[in-house]
This record gives sequence, structure tokens and C-alpha cells, in this order.
Amino acid sequence: MKKYPLGEFEEIVLLTVGILREDAYGVSIKREIENRLKRNVSVGALQTALKRLEDKGYLKSHEGEATEERAGRPKKYYKTTAYGMKALAHTKSTRDELWNALPKVALNLKFDSR
Amino acid sequence: MVKFIEGDLQELHRERVSRMSAWKARMRFIIDVLLLFRPGIVRTPSGCRNINQFDMIGNHIKMGWRVLLRTKGYSAINVGGLAIGMAVAILIGLWMYDELSFNKYHDNYDSVVQLWHGETNPETQEISGGLAMQFAVAGALKDDYQHYFKHVIKSWWTGDYTLATADTKFRRKGKFMEPAVIEVLSLRMLKGSQASLSDPKGFILSESTATAIFGTDDPIGKTLKIDNGIDVHVTGVYEDIPTNSTFGDVQFMGTFAQIQQLKPWIGKDPSDWDNTYQQLYAQLQPNVTVESVNAGVRNLYQKYLPDDLIAYRDKYHPFLQVVPMSTWHLYSELENGKPAGGRIVFVWLFGIIGAFVLLLACINFTNLSTARSEKRAREVGVRKTVGSMRTQLMAQFLSESFVVAALGFVIALALVALSRDLFNDVSGKKIALPFNNPVFWGTALVFLLVTTLLAGMYPAFYLSSFRPAKVLKGSLNAGRFASWPRKVLVIVQFTVSTSLIISTLVVYQQVQYARSRPVGYNRQGLMSIDLSDQEYSGKQDVLRTELLASGVVHAVSFSSSPVTAIWNSTGGYDWKGRDPNFDAEFAVCQVTPDFGATLGWKVVEGRDFSADLSTDTTDAVVVNQAAVNYMGWQHAAGETLIDINAEDGAIRWSKTIIGVVEDMVMESPYEPVRPTIFYYKSQSASLMNVRIDPAVSTVEALPRIESVVKSIVPSALFTYKFVDDEYAAKFSQEARVGTLAGIFSVLAIFISCLGLFGLASYVAERRTKEIGIRKVMGASVATLWRMLSKDFVVLVTISCLVAIPIAWYFTRIWLSRFAYRTEVSWWVFAITGLLSVVVTLLTVSYQSIRAARMNPVNSLRTD
Repeated sequence: MKKYPLGEFEEIVLLTVGILREDAYGVSIKREIENRLKRNVSVGALQTALKRLEDKGYLKSHEGEATEERAGRPKKYYKTTAYGMKALAHTKSTRDELWNALPKVALNLKFDSR
Repeated sequence: MVKFIEGDLQELHRERVSRMSAWKARMRFIIDVLLLFRPGIVRTPSGCRNINQFDMIGNHIKMGWRVLLRTKGYSAINVGGLAIGMAVAILIGLWMYDELSFNKYHDNYDSVVQLWHGETNPETQEISGGLAMQFAVAGALKDDYQHYFKHVIKSWWTGDYTLATADTKFRRKGKFMEPAVIEVLSLRMLKGSQASLSDPKGFILSESTATAIFGTDDPIGKTLKIDNGIDVHVTGVYEDIPTNSTFGDVQFMGTFAQIQQLKPWIGKDPSDWDNTYQQLYAQLQPNVTVESVNAGVRNLYQKYLPDDLIAYRDKYHPFLQVVPMSTWHLYSELENGKPAGGRIVFVWLFGIIGAFVLLLACINFTNLSTARSEKRAREVGVRKTVGSMRTQLMAQFLSESFVVAALGFVIALALVALSRDLFNDVSGKKIALPFNNPVFWGTALVFLLVTTLLAGMYPAFYLSSFRPAKVLKGSLNAGRFASWPRKVLVIVQFTVSTSLIISTLVVYQQVQYARSRPVGYNRQGLMSIDLSDQEYSGKQDVLRTELLASGVVHAVSFSSSPVTAIWNSTGGYDWKGRDPNFDAEFAVCQVTPDFGATLGWKVVEGRDFSADLSTDTTDAVVVNQAAVNYMGWQHAAGETLIDINAEDGAIRWSKTIIGVVEDMVMESPYEPVRPTIFYYKSQSASLMNVRIDPAVSTVEALPRIESVVKSIVPSALFTYKFVDDEYAAKFSQEARVGTLAGIFSVLAIFISCLGLFGLASYVAERRTKEIGIRKVMGASVATLWRMLSKDFVVLVTISCLVAIPIAWYFTRIWLSRFAYRTEVSWWVFAITGLLSVVVTLLTVSYQSIRAARMNPVNSLRTD
């Protein structure tokens, strides 16, 4: 079994939550991903991913206030947990390892290590 | 989770509305919603999944118990009615189990058969036959049919015999069969072994007989004298065969060779194909089916009959068949030779009655619960408002039903235990509550659940369907239609009860009719003493003289069969005007001249036997009226009766008919009397008939008679039967059915009335205010009573009208089984109808009058 199970979309959502810091809730995450990645995100897919991430322990949530725009319904704010950061780091490092092992000539790529 | 998602959707919508047209935004909204149906976030409606179920059931039971206590009157009616219904169902269930498990004690239940021979009457094409077998059949089956039969056993009919030790005598029923019987019937030998009867003097006793005769001593090896005729050694003791077995009353077994010694007239000729004597049992080889055996042995007679019987064979087409043990008890009646019916009819009948009585009780419960539901309406409303779901409410009401049913069940068990002895007496069985049997408890539990569901389903549905808004406002108007299911149920109840009562009355009528049938002789003070003990032979004249001299006896005679049964019948008779193809068969009875005087038969033509005329001993016969009709004559006195050899017509003897007597009912009182011939023979009589002097009481006469007999034949056991008891026993089956049906009908009506009582009180209660107002306006008690009772009387009348054709149809079918039967008269129906109405009125009136007499001040005050 994978040490830190994380799907592709889930990874994106997790990173976006990290970017947004304090302001990560349903609509804002959706807007951020759509702006940065130029891909359409459906509310359903997003909610599923958020729920799964929370179940896996990578995110934690707290309730916000209800506003006029939301017709009186409250927001749910998400934040990454330390465990979630570890998962992201692990994923990144495994990707990096693989990238480093690629024969440089075949791909003719530039590398920038971070 | 939902509200957060809803909020997100709303926010997005607002945003979109500012960017694009309104309806496009709406479309997007809709698409978003649709796309939200994903397995990851949609969850199944869980409702009350988190509730602690066990606690809830406990609460329901507590509530149920409180409800019971709160309304003691109604609860008593409910529980009582259910208890009675359940008790009846349990008793009937036990009875049916006893009947259906008849003979199952024997391990070889599936392979034991009895042989039966049949023949076709050439004129009527009817197949008839019997269990008595020719001697030669046994030999043929053993020699050539081993592939079908593992064992073939000759057997003598069950009879009473005297077993004597050196100092005591006992009279017991037993059978004489061949040694393999121990294996075939799988008798459990407590002492001895399966070979116990192989010894020619071998004899085995049932456990209770052994204890009765020998007490705690070991019976093995002891000697017994049978009927003062032969000596046997006890070689084994077998476990008592239970009463629900064909062999249940067999208390000892001897060998067939022994009975041949004891009764030398039993044929011994292994090639005798003509005379039939004994029973024949057999055990089939494993894996052989009854059908294949029947096909195989059917033509046995065709193959084996000797030439002198060929004419008989071609005329009557005799055949052989086997009757399996599984049909002996329940399917004993043979139609065209095949097991067709018999006691199974009773099993079905009682099963249906039991089911109906239980149904009545459940209907009661349902009715009362729904009727009183209005009282619980507000409770249901509150519960629903607080958040109960419908299934929870149904569970609550079913639990209440369960509490009532369980209570009823406990009481029912108590009732059954109390009435068990009475029931055993009436039904002639030995039924016990099988508390040890886990199957019993399993069935009991299922039974309880079924009753709960049956009785509680409808109220549960009905009560849980109340709408809280309507109910809490207090405007629950049940409406016209709510009461008609109840009315239909009441009609069903009373239809069933009325049919039962009509049927019972018809059964009683039939039994009375048959009982009052003129018997043709005088049954009072008539004793019949068994003379099978060898010591009696040769002493008949002495006995007769001494008994007459004792002063308590009016007449003494001897006969070959009792007056309550026909033991012999023969054919091969000829008379003037007989159709040569008509093979007549008459019942025969050998008697001494005083027979007529002892019995008190009526001579309608000619004269009785006379001891003085010596020709009477050789030349005279007396026949009954039925015989005269059978022979096609008007008068018979003075005519000649000839006994001929069936094959060649050679005359064996010819006698004069000196007299004709009125028909005597010797066999079944429901069947017509058979043509019977009486002729003189003094030797080898089996029974002595003694008419006690009418001036002397039986209590006085009996010891005197006993002492006279004992003084002449001291070593014989004095056994006697009273003819009126024997005759009464012929009615036992029908009388029993009648009594049981009567008891159940009364119970059914009682249960129905209980229900009616409850309903009536409820209705009266509901209309309290109406009654109060009417009283104030001037109605009298009588008017009110009429108004309240009218509805119920109408219901009962309808049910009577429905019940009458049903009962008429079924009683007609039952009566057609009897040749001698009563007609179903109209007054039976009228009386039952009237009875039902009167009983209903009585039940309802109590409540109606009580309500009508209530002070209107009290009834109008409550609001």
C-alpha cells in the first residue's frame, strides 16, 4: 500500500488549500484552481475530494459565518494539517526521484531543482 | 454537509448571475446539482440508525404492559379471548400430531405392509375384499416372491386370552405371529432378543404386562398357561408399544404355531386356497416401492389357484395387494380397493375447526384494538410530532400485541394443562404436553409470533396511519367506512360459530337417531360370557342347569358369535327361485335353542327353536327378515334352505326354515342389517349368553352368577361383558365427534360473544353524549336499547343467513356416509338462528341498558 495515498486531483486541491491559507472554502478553492490551471472544476468533484482528504486526515475544517450571499448558509473553511504537508512532501520527493533518474539526453530537458 | 454545499451553490449562482444571463446561471446551477450525485458524498437516508434498538423494545413492552393495566376490563376480554382460542388450537394441534404420528414408533414404518385380497363383484363391478388371507398365500409369497418381501408373517387377530401362572390368572389382549415380527415391528426388547420367539414355546410380554404378572421378579423362563390350553415359556419382555399405534393394545405375543395348537380348527393345509383365516403382514425389501410390489403380486391368484377354483377366479377376478403401514390408521377406508379416506377426514376437520377458533380469537383482538384506537389517537399524534417514524409506531403496537399474546399464551398453557385429562377422556387419547421436546417450544414460539402478527398487524397499520395535525386538533372522525371492516369481521365470526353449532346439532341428531333404532332384541340385563378357555368345553349343560337354578337368571344360551358382532359368514347356499349366478352370502351364527328366549328376539313368522323337538337339532334353521328379502321371498316358514358346494352344486345339507325373526342390529347401527342364518349347534360354542332375571338387580345377580360359574369351572377366569355396554360402544366414534364439536362450538360462540361484548361497550361509550341528549329529549330506556342493539342484531342475522347454506351443504355430505341416517330438518337451522340472535341480544343488552340508564347529567357534563 502507498505510504501516503493521494490522487491527482486531490493533490491539486490540497496544494490550493495550502496556497489560500486562511481563506480556503468551497467556492474560493474552485475559483483558484480554475484561474491557475485553466481547467473546469465541478462543485461535486471538489466536494468529494475535500471530503476524502478530510477523511484521510490531510485537511481539517471549521465552520464559518453565514452570509447574505449564501442565502443564510455558513461556509466551511479548510486547512492543511501537518500530516497533509508530509503527504505533499512525500509525493513531491518521489516524483523528483523519478525525474532525476530519467536519461538527460533522451528528453532534452532542463532541470531546475528546488 | 448539505448546508455548506448549498451555500457554495448559492454563492456561485449569484456570481454567475452578474456575469451571464439569469437563465444560463440557473442552468449551471441545475447542472451543478445534478453533478453532485456522487457516491462519495451522497449517503443513504439513515433515519434513526443510531437509536439503541434494545432499549426501545424494552420501552415498548413497558408501555404495552401499562396500557394493559390501564384498561383492565378490555384487557381481560382481549387476553381471555386469545387464551381460549390458543388453548383450543394447542389441544387440537396435539391431537392432530398424535393422529399423524400414528404407528411412527416402528422403525420400519415405510416398509411394513399388510396383505389384502380383493375381488370384483361381477354384477355391480364393485371391488370388495378383506384382510383375511388364505393359508396358501403365505407359502407362495415366501417361496417365490422373496425379491419383494424380506419377511412374511402370518398373524392371528388380536384377541383376549387368559394368561395363568400357578396361582393367578390374568386376562390380556395379544397376538400370535411368526417369530420375525420382533424385527419387523422393531420391538425394543428389554429382556431377551430378536430371536425370542424362535423357541416353539417362546412367548414375549409387554413391560407393563410383565410387571403386572410377575412384579419385580425376572419373568424370563417362567411358565404361563394360555387359556388353559397350552404352556409357554416367557422368553422376552418388550417395551410397551405406545397407544398411538395399531399394535398399541398388544400386550403379549406368541407364535403362530401356538395359536394353531390352541384353536385346532384354524387351517393347517398349506395348499388351502379357498378358506381365509389369518392376517398376513410383510416387510418389503429395501428400495422396493409399494407400486412395484402391487404390480408384481396382483396376479398371484391367477398363477396359483388350483383347478377347482378356476371358475371362481374367472368370475370374480381376485387380486392381491399390499396396504402400507402409513395408511392403516388414517386411510383405512378402501374405495375400490385403494386407501381412500377414513380418519384423515377427522384430522382435516378438527384442523380446520382449530384454525377457525384461533381466527375468531384474533379477529376479536383486531376488532377491539381498532375500535378503541380513538382513545390512542392523541398519543399517536404526539409521538409523531416528537419525531416517531411510522415503522417505529408499528413496532410499538406490535409489541403491545405481543405482550397480550404472550400473556394469553401462558394462560392458554395453563388451561391446556388443566383440561388435559378431560380432553383425553372425551377424545379417547393419551395426550401429554411435550415440555421436553424442543420442537414443541419451537412451534410454540412460531405460533405465538404468528398470532401476534395476525392479530396485531391491522391495528398497527391503522393506528400508525393517523395524521398528527388532524388528530391533535381532536377532529378524528373515523367516518362511515372505518367501521365496516369491523362489521365484516363480526359477521365472519358469527358465521363460523353458527355453522359449528348447526353441525354439532346435526351430529347429535344422527347419533340419537341411530341409538333409538329398534334393535330387535332386549339389551337390558344381558350378559355375554367368554368361553374360549378350554376348561369350559363339555360343561355347557351343567352350567345352564346350575345358573337357571340359582334364581337370578331368566335364560341361558350359547352361541358362536356375540350378539353385537358377526364373526362368520359363508356362501354357497341355494333356495327355491335363486338366480343360479347369484352367489349369496349370509352371516351365520350357531346357537342353542334358548337363544331366542335369552335375547328376546321377535318371531314374526313360524316358530322359534324348541329344545324338545329333536329334528330341530339337525334340520332347522331360523333366518331374519333381511334374509327373507335377500332371497326374494314373501314368506319363508316351511321353505327349504340348501347348502351346496360352490363349484359343482352338490348338496351338502338341506334344512327347513322353521321361523323368521325380526332384524336384529348386530353390526353397525348405521348400516342395514345383513341377512343372517341361525342354526343349532351346541358344541364348540364361544360364548354364553345370560339373561338376568328382570326382577333382580345386576348388582345382586352378578356375584351369584360368578360363584356358580366358578363352582363348575374353578380354573377358568370369569370374564363377562354387558351387551348394552358393547352396543353403546358402537356409537363411541360419532358420539365423540359430536361431543368435541359441541365443546368447540360453545367455545367459538363464547369467544365471539366476548368480542361482541367488548365492541358493544365501546360503541356505547362513544355514543354517550348522543344517548344523554336523547334521554333529555325524552327517549325511554327501551327505545335506546333498541337503537343500540339493532346494529348488532342485523349483523348476526346476516351471518346466520350466510351460515345456513354452508352448514347444510357440509352436513349433507357427512350424513351421506351412513346408510341409516336422519334427515336434516329445518328446525335445526331455525333454532340455531334464534339461539344466535338471543345470545347476541343478551350480550349486547347488558351494555346497551347500562348506557341507556346512565344519568344524562353525567354524560353531558364531560366536555
